[in-house]
Amino acid sequence: MAPGLAGGDGRLMLEIKGLGKTYGAGDKLTNAIADVSFSVGDGEFVCVVGPSGCGKTTLLKCAAGLLRPTRGEVLLRGRRVTAPPEELALVFQEYSRSLMPWASVRNNVRLPLRHKKLSAGERTRLVEESLDAVGLTRFIDHFPWQLSGGMQQRVAIARALAYQPSVLLMDEPFASVDAQTRSDLEDLTLRVREEYGITILFVTHDIDESIYLGDRVVVLTHSPTHVKEIVGVGLPRPRDQIATKELPEFAHLRAHVYRLIKREQEAPQSLVPA
Amino acid sequence: MNRRGYEALAVGAEIAVPVALLAAWQLWTVHAGSQYFPRLSTIVVEFRHMWLFSQFGEHVVPSLERIGLGFAIAVVVGIALGIPLGLSRWARLWAMPHIEYWRAMPPPALLPISVVLLHSIGNVQKVSFIAFFCLFPVLLNTIDGVRGIDPTLLDTARSYGLRGFDRIRRIILPAALPQIAAGMRNSLSLAVIMMVLSEYFSSTSGVGYVLLISKNTFQLAPMWAAILLIGLLGYLLNLLFILAERRLLAWHRGWRAATAG
Repeated sequence: MAPGLAGGDGRLMLEIKGLGKTYGAGDKLTNAIADVSFSVGDGEFVCVVGPSGCGKTTLLKCAAGLLRPTRGEVLLRGRRVTAPPEELALVFQEYSRSLMPWASVRNNVRLPLRHKKLSAGERTRLVEESLDAVGLTRFIDHFPWQLSGGMQQRVAIARALAYQPSVLLMDEPFASVDAQTRSDLEDLTLRVREEYGITILFVTHDIDESIYLGDRVVVLTHSPTHVKEIVGVGLPRPRDQIATKELPEFAHLRAHVYRLIKREQEAPQSLVPA
Repeated sequence: MNRRGYEALAVGAEIAVPVALLAAWQLWTVHAGSQYFPRLSTIVVEFRHMWLFSQFGEHVVPSLERIGLGFAIAVVVGIALGIPLGLSRWARLWAMPHIEYWRAMPPPALLPISVVLLHSIGNVQKVSFIAFFCLFPVLLNTIDGVRGIDPTLLDTARSYGLRGFDRIRRIILPAALPQIAAGMRNSLSLAVIMMVLSEYFSSTSGVGYVLLISKNTFQLAPMWAAILLIGLLGYLLNLLFILAERRLLAWHRGWRAATAG
């Protein structure tokens, strides 16, 4: 696929248009995100990478309707996002803080379904199916804190899946688990994406991860943030931790994105607030 | 020493120390022969005579009712006010000076006015007085507990569309509950103090009233028996509360142990 083109079946799912976010006012004004535009096609997997502190999380929170952008807009299926839309689910980096420690795994996954118009049987089915999809059926009656970090993040993913969103936003979801667990969770994400036909916008600081997972990789600049380049990832699917990462194309893409970000990090940062 | 032996020793000490203290008290009171410090055995006989159970219904039950009702009102009002105050900075800005003012008020200062305003030395005045001063620990801990909720958890709730009462019932209240419980425990011991204080000031029943009458008639053994009972009441209420908390907040102990490691 050519860079810049939307993947999936060609229809646009999520559009980020001229998005800017400024914090504070007067002397303390910080221009976190200057001007970011890109779109995510229906069924597409788009990763966002950038140097640390470039406002990736801010961008994702704006896309989720949790933060109001200072400039620009976010469109979900052409409709402007002003509050968290029901078609969208968010997986946070801090799994231990986004799960409710007082509720069992079952009730954690079930809670967001309360306000959906579903029968009790339907709810139970969704909860059990999504926990099955992440391989946690055996732990349905455990508390989250009785599980390992990787398992807790799988609970958070199951909760998002049960919510039946069209778009899944993931904010550095595997940044705080060990390397082996991380590979497993990456493959799990690819698998549920196939099973659920879901659109994913995935923020990470890990270049390998972004190329391994994505159809396209959006590379961001330093703050005040712009889009540096949108890199198309033509790697064949299904992807495989060993075979895919052995491909010359993978090494090439990795080096390309790495150079983009490294050049960013070497560039002198502006000390004058915009 | 093995673990079992250590635990047996710990339990043994827990029983042996109070027993030794009581024995020492008895020996000392026998030896001293002071009219102010009747023999422990005399007090125990008096205790059994008064509280098991001839005056139990007449004086202990009213006291317990006042504590229970006053405490319950304080908890309900404290949580109901504390949640919106914890969520809204503006509400706090407006309310905190008032809360801090009344919280700093020494309870005896309000006893006379409570009798005058409520035209009562009965249950209305007692329960109101207890509820008023028990309110503050619950209220302040609820505010703090709600303010301390992890923003990630609130963002999660928001992104999943949890709103209004559902958000309060399913997220805010359980997340703040461990700290609310800490406030409730403080309130419960305050409730015993306020009960004695209000009954001692003006009443026609209750253990505080018995204390007052015994003092006025210079009956020291009943007075000591009342003191013994009040101490036991406070101790047992606290014990009951801890047991209930352990059951209801079992998740919190587990979660804390898991996140500390």
